Amino acid sequence: MEDSTSPKREKANQDPREAGQPWEEVTAASSQGLESGLSEPLELEQGLETGPQPRSPPQSPQSRASIPLDDLTGPGASYPPSPPQEASYTPSPPALARQDLAVPWPSDKTTSVNPEAGTPHFHHLEQSSDKGESTASHTFQSEGSTFRQSQQTKHHLYGPEDVNYNNSKQKELRFNIFQDEDSNSNYDLDYAEPGVSELAPSMLEITIQSAKAYLQKTSSKSGLNLYDHLSDMLAKVLDERPENAVDIIESISQDVKMGHFRKKLDTLQNENEMLPTYEIAEKQRALFLQGNLEGADQELEDEILTDTHPIQRCRFWGKILGLEMNYIVAEVEFREGEDEEDVEEEDVTEERDDADSEADEDDEDQLPRTFYKTPQAIPKEENRTGANKYVYFVCNEPGRPWVKLPSVMPAQIVTARKIKKFFTGRLDAPIISYPPFPGNESNYLRAQIARISAGTHVSPLGFYQFGEEEGEEEEEVEGRRDSFEENPDFEGIQVIDLVESLSNWVHHVQHILSQGRCNWFNPIQKSEEEEEEEDEEKEEEKGEEPDYTEQEVGPPLLTPISEDLEIQNIPPWTTRLSSNLIPQYAVAVLRSNLWPGAYAFSNGKKFENFYIGWGHKYSPDNYTPPALPPVYQEYPSGAELTEMDDPTVEEEQAFRAAQEAAVLSAEENEETEEDEEEDDYDQE
Amino acid sequence: MGASVRPSFSEGLGGEQGWPKALRGRGPQAVSGILTALGRAGLWSPRRQLLLATWQALSRALVTMDAESLLLSLELASGSGQGLSPDRRASLLTSLLLVKRDYRYDRVLFWGRILGLVADYYIAQGLSEDQLAPRKTLYSLNCMEWSLLPPATEEMMAQTSVVKGRFMGDPSHEYEHTELQKINEGGKVFEEEVVVQIKEETRLVSIIDQIDKAVAIIPRGALFKTPFGPIHVNRTFEGLSLSEAKKLSSYFHFREPVQLKNKTLLEKADLDPSLDFMDSLEHDIPKGSWSIQMERGNALVVLRSLLWPGLTFFHAPRTKNCGYIYVGTGEKNIDLPFML
Repeated sequence: MEDSTSPKREKANQDPREAGQPWEEVTAASSQGLESGLSEPLELEQGLETGPQPRSPPQSPQSRASIPLDDLTGPGASYPPSPPQEASYTPSPPALARQDLAVPWPSDKTTSVNPEAGTPHFHHLEQSSDKGESTASHTFQSEGSTFRQSQQTKHHLYGPEDVNYNNSKQKELRFNIFQDEDSNSNYDLDYAEPGVSELAPSMLEITIQSAKAYLQKTSSKSGLNLYDHLSDMLAKVLDERPENAVDIIESISQDVKMGHFRKKLDTLQNENEMLPTYEIAEKQRALFLQGNLEGADQELEDEILTDTHPIQRCRFWGKILGLEMNYIVAEVEFREGEDEEDVEEEDVTEERDDADSEADEDDEDQLPRTFYKTPQAIPKEENRTGANKYVYFVCNEPGRPWVKLPSVMPAQIVTARKIKKFFTGRLDAPIISYPPFPGNESNYLRAQIARISAGTHVSPLGFYQFGEEEGEEEEEVEGRRDSFEENPDFEGIQVIDLVESLSNWVHHVQHILSQGRCNWFNPIQKSEEEEEEEDEEKEEEKGEEPDYTEQEVGPPLLTPISEDLEIQNIPPWTTRLSSNLIPQYAVAVLRSNLWPGAYAFSNGKKFENFYIGWGHKYSPDNYTPPALPPVYQEYPSGAELTEMDDPTVEEEQAFRAAQEAAVLSAEENEETEEDEEEDDYDQE
Repeated sequence: MGASVRPSFSEGLGGEQGWPKALRGRGPQAVSGILTALGRAGLWSPRRQLLLATWQALSRALVTMDAESLLLSLELASGSGQGLSPDRRASLLTSLLLVKRDYRYDRVLFWGRILGLVADYYIAQGLSEDQLAPRKTLYSLNCMEWSLLPPATEEMMAQTSVVKGRFMGDPSHEYEHTELQKINEGGKVFEEEVVVQIKEETRLVSIIDQIDKAVAIIPRGALFKTPFGPIHVNRTFEGLSLSEAKKLSSYFHFREPVQLKNKTLLEKADLDPSLDFMDSLEHDIPKGSWSIQMERGNALVVLRSLLWPGLTFFHAPRTKNCGYIYVGTGEKNIDLPFML
C-alpha cells in the first residue's frame, strides 16, 4: 500500500513542485527539509488514500515510506519511516521556531510544532490534543524544486471532505511565483480544530487564506511578495540572533532583499573575482613547493631569481610603497664576468651650436654664437663600482616576474635629489617634475635605491675590514679604499653596546658625492671650459662643494655613523632594543631618521639592513622645488644686435631736415660748380 | 556567529595565542630574533602571516571571539612595514584588557604608535556605545601602563600648529616657541618676544585628534544611524563586495560629516540616510591622497593615506575584518601636492 501511495504522493508533490509552490518554507542556509518532521503527518485522513496527500517527504530520493498513510490507524501508530525520516531531516530549532512564528494563526496553534528534532513524529502522534498544525514544506535547494508538505495533524475524525478541501485549497492558493531556488518560504497553514464542525473552520480559514493571499500578492516591481519577504527576514533573524533585533530590523530587511539579487549574480561574479586571488595563490604555492622550505617568501623568490640569472649573491633589499602597486627590491651581485651588458646611452652632447652656426654662415647676418655649452654629461660609473656596485631587481608582488633595473647615472641621482615624487608602481611611468628627470620611473626608483643604500647601509664596527690596499694611491684619491671584505675574526659586539653608541656602526656603502658618483670624475680632462652647476647641499656628509674643478670628496668608507650630521638637532639615527622585557635576547634595532623606513638590526653577530617605506628622504622643512635659473645670457650683445628705439617723429623730421639740408648743400655745391663752370664757359 | 570583528584591534586573551605555530617550541632567542626582525618591519610577508593567523583564528573562532583580532589585524596591516615585536603584542593584549575593565569602556582599540626620537608612544582609544562620540585616548610608553590624555580643544590645536619636527618621546618635554605678542601696557602697545612653552603631551593630543579627523576611515555599511541619534555597529555588515572595495566612495571618514551638507539634492537623493551619514573619501583634496591597493589577489584591500604617511587601513572584502592603524612620526605630509 505504501508503495502504491507513495508514487501518488510523489505525484502530488511533483505537482506543487512544478507549479512552483510559493509557500514552501525556506531554510535558505541549510538545505534541511525539516519541519516536516514536526508536525508530522499523522494524517489520519490519510487513511483515505485519496488524492495526493501532499505529505510526501521532501526528498524525492528518499522513499516516502515514511508516510504512514496506510499504516495509520491512529495517532499512536508508530511510524516506521520516522527514523529514516528523522535521519533525513535535521530540523534545526530555529527553523522550527520559525515555523512557529511564521504561522501567525493563533489559537489552534499546535504543540505539534515541536522543536525537538529527535522526536517529532512521536509528539505528533498525540493527535488527540493536536489542534492546528502547520504544514511545512521544505525546499530543496539542490533540486530547485519546492516540495510542499502539508502536515496536518488532523483528527482522524476528519473526513474526506477535509482532505479534499485541503487539496483544493492548496491548489487554489498556488501561485506561480517561482523565485530563486532557495528562497521560498511559505507556510501553508492548515489546521483543523478537532471538535469543531466542518463549517466553522472553513469560515475562519477563508479569512485566513484571503489574508494570506493578500500577503502573497506579488509586487509588480520586484517580483517579491510580502509573505515571502517576511518569512525570509524572520528566518534570518532567527538564524543569526542579533542583539536588539528590533532596532536593526530595517537593515535586515534590506539585506534580505539584496540577497535575492546577489544570489543570481554569484555564479558569474565569483569566478572573476576569485581568479586573481587564486592566480597569485597558485604561483606562491608553486614557489613554496619548489623551495620546500618554511623560510620566508623572499628566499624562495630569490631562488627563482637565481635560477634565471647568474647570481652570486642575492639579498632582500626592501620594499618601496607606491600608489598603485608596491615594489619588492632585491639586491643582487652577479658572478664575475657574467654581467649583462647594459645599453649604454651616453649622450655626450658636444657643442651642437657649432653646426648651427656653420649652417648660418650663408646668411647675411650671422646669428650670434652662443656661449652656451651643454655641460658634459658625467659618465656613469662602471658596473660593480660605486653606485652601481649591485644590480637591483624589482617585482610588484611575490609571484610576479623580476625586472632588472637599469644602472644609475649620476645625472639621475643629482636630479633625484631635487625632486620628491611618489612612485606609482609602474616601471614605465614618466616622471613629470621640475627639474625634468632624465628617465622614467625605473630610473627614479634606481636612483632612490642608490641614495638609500648609500645613506643607510651600516654594519657593526669590525664586521667588515679593508682588503689589501689597492696599489698606489693617486694624488687625488685621499686614502679612499673601495673594497672591503668580511672580517673573519669578527667576534661580535654586545647588543647593548650597539644600542648605546652609534660609533659601533659604520657605513659600508660608499657615499655618493654631489656629482652623483662615488668616485670623483674630473670632467675637465675631456673638454675645455666647463661650467659646473653643482649647488646641492648635503645634509648628511661632509662633502665639500666643488668649486669648478675641485675634487669632491666624501667621507671614506667604513666611517662610523656617529659622524653623520644631524638635521636640526635631530640625531640621524635612533636606536632601540627590540624588547625591553627580555634584554638578553633582544636585538638592537637602528632606525634612520633621515630616511624614514630604513632599518638596520643586529643581534651582535649578524646584521641586516633593509628598507620599507615610500622612498623619500625626511626633511623637517617643506619641500620647495628649485627656483628657475635666471634667463641665460646666450650670446654677446653687440651694437648690431642691440635693439634701438625707433626714432621719434621729431627726431625723424630733424634727421630728414638734416639730410635735405645736406642734399641741398650738395646740390648747391654742384650748382655752384656748374655755375662756375658755366661761368667759366661763358667767360671763354 | 554574529560576533563582529569590526574595527578590530580589540583586546584579547593571553599572549600565547599570538605566536605563530611555526615558531612554537623554538628557543626564545631564535623566536625573538626571527620574529623581531621579521615582524617588526613586516619582512615576513604579510601573506604568510595572514595565512597562519587566519588559520589560528578560524580554529579558535568558535571559542574566542576577539582574541585573535588584534594580532590578525596587526599582521594584515604590516604590509606597510610597521609591526610590533612579539613581546609588545603580548603585553598589549593583556594591558588593553585591563584598561577596558578599569575604565569601563565598551571597546578598546589599539590606535597605533607614534615614533619619537627617544621613545615611542603607543596609543589606544576607548569607545563607548555611541560610535561617533569623542573617544578617550590613552598613551603608554611601554605597552603596560596607560595614561589618559585630555580631550583635544581648539586652543590646543592652535597652539601646537607651530611646532614642527619629530616627537621627542618624552611626554614632559617642552617645545619652545618664540612669538611676538602684543602687550598693552597703559595705552601703549608693545611687541615683545614671548617664549611659549608647549608640552609634548598637548602636541600628542592634537596630533592624534588631527589624524583621526583627517584620515580615520570606515567602510560603508559598517555603522548605521538610528533615528534616535546614536550610531551603532551594524551587525549585519558582511563586508564590502570586491567591486565596492576598490572604490574610494565606499569608505567614509570616521567623523562628523563636513561635506555632506554641501551635496546637491540630487546626490543626496541616492544616499541612504541610515548608512551614508558621513563624508566619503571621494572628495578628499588633493585628489589622489589615498593609495588603494589589493593584496594577495583580491583578498585584502589596503588603503594608505599619503597625507599622513603611516596610516594604513585594511579590509578583507566579504568579511567583517577591517581596521586602521597609524604608525609614523606624527607629521603631516605637506609636500603632498608636489609628490603626486
